[in-house]
Amino acid sequence: MKFTLRWLSICCLLALAGCSSLGVKPWERDLLARDDMLMNADALDLAYDEHIYFSKEASSGGQGFAGGGCGCN
Amino acid sequence: MQLSKKRIAGLLSAATCSLLCTPAQARDEWNVDSAVLYYGESDGRIKLVEPVIAARKDLGDDEIVSLKLVFDALTGASANGAVPSTMPQTFTSPSGKSTYTVAANDTPLDPSFHDTRVAYSMNWDKPTDRTHRRNLGFNLSHEYDFTSLGFNGMWQIDSNQKNTTWSYGANLELDAINPVGGAPEPLTDMLAQDKNSGAESRNIVDLLFGVTQIIDRSSLFQVNLSLSQANGYMTDPYKLVSVVDSSSGQPLRYLFENRPDSRMRSSIFAQYRKMMPSKDILTASYRYMTDDWGVKSNTFDLSYRFRLGERYYLQPNVRYYQQSAADFYRYFLVDGEPLPAEVSADYRLGEMDATTVGIKFGEDIDGRHQWSLRLEQYLQSGDSSPPEAFGQLTQQDLYPDVTATIVQFNYSFVF
Repeated sequence: MKFTLRWLSICCLLALAGCSSLGVKPWERDLLARDDMLMNADALDLAYDEHIYFSKEASSGGQGFAGGGCGCN
Repeated sequence: MQLSKKRIAGLLSAATCSLLCTPAQARDEWNVDSAVLYYGESDGRIKLVEPVIAARKDLGDDEIVSLKLVFDALTGASANGAVPSTMPQTFTSPSGKSTYTVAANDTPLDPSFHDTRVAYSMNWDKPTDRTHRRNLGFNLSHEYDFTSLGFNGMWQIDSNQKNTTWSYGANLELDAINPVGGAPEPLTDMLAQDKNSGAESRNIVDLLFGVTQIIDRSSLFQVNLSLSQANGYMTDPYKLVSVVDSSSGQPLRYLFENRPDSRMRSSIFAQYRKMMPSKDILTASYRYMTDDWGVKSNTFDLSYRFRLGERYYLQPNVRYYQQSAADFYRYFLVDGEPLPAEVSADYRLGEMDATTVGIKFGEDIDGRHQWSLRLEQYLQSGDSSPPEAFGQLTQQDLYPDVTATIVQFNYSFVF
């Protein structure tokens, strides 16, 4: 919990300090609007990866929710 | 019997990024993504075939509904947690109705493992006003010894002329576990087969907070913070721990493992994506996770998509993962020493690292049909000769490598 609160505070500060000077105008979004620039492009690949790594390692989630699962093999 | 929540992660990752993440879509058309995965470990261990079909439709005004159906079939042998021995070892199968024998110096694998799973999920993504968006989801996963029901919600707020998107959400998961042969009484001898016939249960609450920031015309950055609290039955009912003789290191008996009945995890995930002037795309991500079981992990992921003309691409990727061991992880227990309250010899809770190297080739046929093929190799390694080994254990591989081949074919279309 302390870990999360610490990082939450850092991220909020960075976001408030830096985000206002970053970004593009609406007419400059042509590249960012492409499907392959989506943060979750290749969603099925991500889902498969989560499945595999969840089953073989002690960590999960991050990009999405960690969930639970049985992990019995 | 483990996955279930992968699809949650997949579908909800959509909600953790900005409105940018909503693909352009025509009304009255379904966008369908289908795929089949083959995952095969060497040495006769786990093999998995998993077909998936997912469809999404724009209902108008950027309101999108998504459905997903997953089926998977698992076969093969799974490490039961016991250490190898210079003598053959005989184990009782999880059902308690049969036995299997492992040859001398071989890693004990339970060959009776097989499973099939069906999972459904549904998401509803809708703008609530010009700068707010809401995503609600539901999922159900069922296999013969495990059922999972999940509900999730994610909210997004755009600011800074839609260059910054704040996301926050929660996931509730309710699991029912019905182990084959019953749930073993923790830390009891395998031969006693002291098991409870009733179902076990567990619930998990996940919270996620994220920020997606557009940096410039060709790059963006995302940071997520996650907190997960699980309560209930966390033990693997099929895993054993060897109790070895204090001088020879030979296994004397096998106990059923026992894990804490709660787990709190925290993680930070960061991802950067940039399109090069050549239209190649670089994606880099990092995750740090820690929990109150003592596990700390670092995950690095890097991919680069080369554009090969207008239609084709080639995408190599590499992933490196490293974790520390859970506090209660033991390779084995020593006869005569006090029995710990919690102990597991599950290799997935041990100290290890893993590397994945892969390549993907894809084609966008006509803007409405795409296919791709992905090949990957996974290698997981731990300390095969830990300092606590003695006697015959020093001759054994106490953490055998896991190597796996992954082949995945995707086909997407619009109708």
